[in-house]
Amino acid sequence: MANQNIEQNTDHSEVELQAMNVKKPSPWKDFYKRLKRNKAALIGFYTIVFLSIVSIVGPFLLSMDPSDVDVINKFSRPSAEHWFGTDHMGRDIFTRIVYGMKYTLGVGFGSVFLGAIMGVPLGIVAGYYGGRIDSFIMRLIDILLAFPGILLALAIVSILGGSLVNVTIAVAIYAIPGFARIVRGSTLAAKKLEYVDAIRALGSSDLRIIFKHILPNVSSPVIVNATLYIASAILTAAGLSFLGMGAQPPMPEWGAMLNDGRDYIFDAGYIAFFPGMAIVIVVLAFNIFGDGLRDALDPKLKN
Amino acid sequence: MSTNESILEVTDLRTSFFTEGGEVKAVDGVTFDVPAGKTLGIVGESGSGKSITAMSILQLISHPGKIKGGEIKFRGKNLLDLSEKEMRKIRGNQISMIFQEPMTSLNPTYTVGQQIRESYKIHQGLGKKEGSKRAIEMLKLVGIPSPEKRLDQYPFELSGGMRQRVMIAMALACKPDLLIADEPTTALDVTIQAQILELIKELQDELGMSVVMITHDLGVVAETCDYVAVMYCGKVVEYADVRTLFKNPRHPYTVGLLKSLPRSDRDQEELTPIKGTVPSPDEMPVGCRFAPRCPFATNLCHEKLPSLDDVGDGEQIRCWIYTDEWNGDPGVKVYEPERTTEG
Repeated sequence: MANQNIEQNTDHSEVELQAMNVKKPSPWKDFYKRLKRNKAALIGFYTIVFLSIVSIVGPFLLSMDPSDVDVINKFSRPSAEHWFGTDHMGRDIFTRIVYGMKYTLGVGFGSVFLGAIMGVPLGIVAGYYGGRIDSFIMRLIDILLAFPGILLALAIVSILGGSLVNVTIAVAIYAIPGFARIVRGSTLAAKKLEYVDAIRALGSSDLRIIFKHILPNVSSPVIVNATLYIASAILTAAGLSFLGMGAQPPMPEWGAMLNDGRDYIFDAGYIAFFPGMAIVIVVLAFNIFGDGLRDALDPKLKN
Repeated sequence: MSTNESILEVTDLRTSFFTEGGEVKAVDGVTFDVPAGKTLGIVGESGSGKSITAMSILQLISHPGKIKGGEIKFRGKNLLDLSEKEMRKIRGNQISMIFQEPMTSLNPTYTVGQQIRESYKIHQGLGKKEGSKRAIEMLKLVGIPSPEKRLDQYPFELSGGMRQRVMIAMALACKPDLLIADEPTTALDVTIQAQILELIKELQDELGMSVVMITHDLGVVAETCDYVAVMYCGKVVEYADVRTLFKNPRHPYTVGLLKSLPRSDRDQEELTPIKGTVPSPDEMPVGCRFAPRCPFATNLCHEKLPSLDDVGDGEQIRCWIYTDEWNGDPGVKVYEPERTTEG
């Protein structure tokens, strides 16, 4: 009797059922489809992919070494032999830019990754537990935020010593507040959702709720913030190297190369122009990709 | 109270919220029993504290709310004495809860299967394979066609009624002894409402569990409950078995509720709403909470809070009219609602 009733109850949903059997696109395909609608973001995405490949494969394809000094050919203008010309020591600028790519991307990804690893848990804990824990964590974050970014990075690098690794750490520390605040906000919203109550009513522990049910819901703002932050991390790192606080010579870091070209900017502008252009392109690529990503990951803008 | 053995005995439960404006007593000395295998309905207006009562039983009250006192005895054990860890073992395993909004009570980022398996993972440590097998059984039990396919679907692919069935499957996965249903049908349309209520009833018989049905809908109470606790402003004002309550409501608030409900079994000229509104927490009357809206209220009602007293036949009422101290109209003591609606 009981079963009969249940069957009767659900008869109507057969139609619904058939409608649902239409094949659904995989999340990745769906995401790519939405990203594709934003042409600029797509260009940014492919630029990043292309540059990443170049940074890995490029050094193996080039005949010259970034530190090869060719005094006779110093200050040569861009030519078939030296595509971007040579600098004041006769080093091939194109080769140096290709070699320098991995440092730039490395600092960008590395610092954002480190920043996220530290900032996301802080934000989640603050948002989830609230109260005094929240106040304590957020005041610490406020202290970090009180320093202008480059100044904080400068201070950290001057304490730790000038090297690319220390620049990465410095930029990562500056990235913490951004991640913590974004994640805290999303966690505050996510923990009010009824399904978090429902899952607690099923006997889930706090840790399980945080990692399984809240983290996935805060992941998209984190990804978008990370992408956009990579751009500013690259800029900050290049700036520190330009000031001589980051990469040390003869490392082909773009910011340091920019600094090398500074003295010859009127006579041999290409020495500074090409590394500068490289920075602009990478930063622009990450920025427009990040913007597109935000739109693509926003469920409200779906369709 | 009842002659049956009780699975849940709530005594003088008090839950408050500590806001900037001061303490708000959301649940203020609530007492009721849930007889084993039966359904207790908790009825009341919005803000009467019925949902908070439910959340308090599972201790799901979060900051700034706090359970201030009382006793929640589940199978003779006071739940308020348990640690959070012990409490987690009870949630979803021995006492489960289903929520009002099937649209938001499921995590949109996980499939139906993953969410039902969660119960088995938490309480029985089952892996994916065994968990899926049980999940399919549960989906079948709650009347979802082709459950194997449903397992890999996301909540957004299901209709409201289907989602509520999935919620029920999740809640009942570990065969709990007590199910708390917090307005399980409010968000559903009428035909689906009837189906879900029927389903809960069937599963109750099949699994032999007790149910606490929280609702503001007296129709739902009449259909599903064995006993009813009527709540007003954080207090139980009347507790009775469902027949007695509908046939012979005694508390003026209950009478008012019933008079504002269209009924098919009686001739009714028009509906009579209860005058006034629920008092806000910061201007709660010192006497009977219902006194400002009660047509029979006397000075006594305004000055002193009546207690919840047994009036025989397992019925309890919180009203001065049914006490010896009553000094108002002696006629209302034998108050017959039928007579007034006809006259």
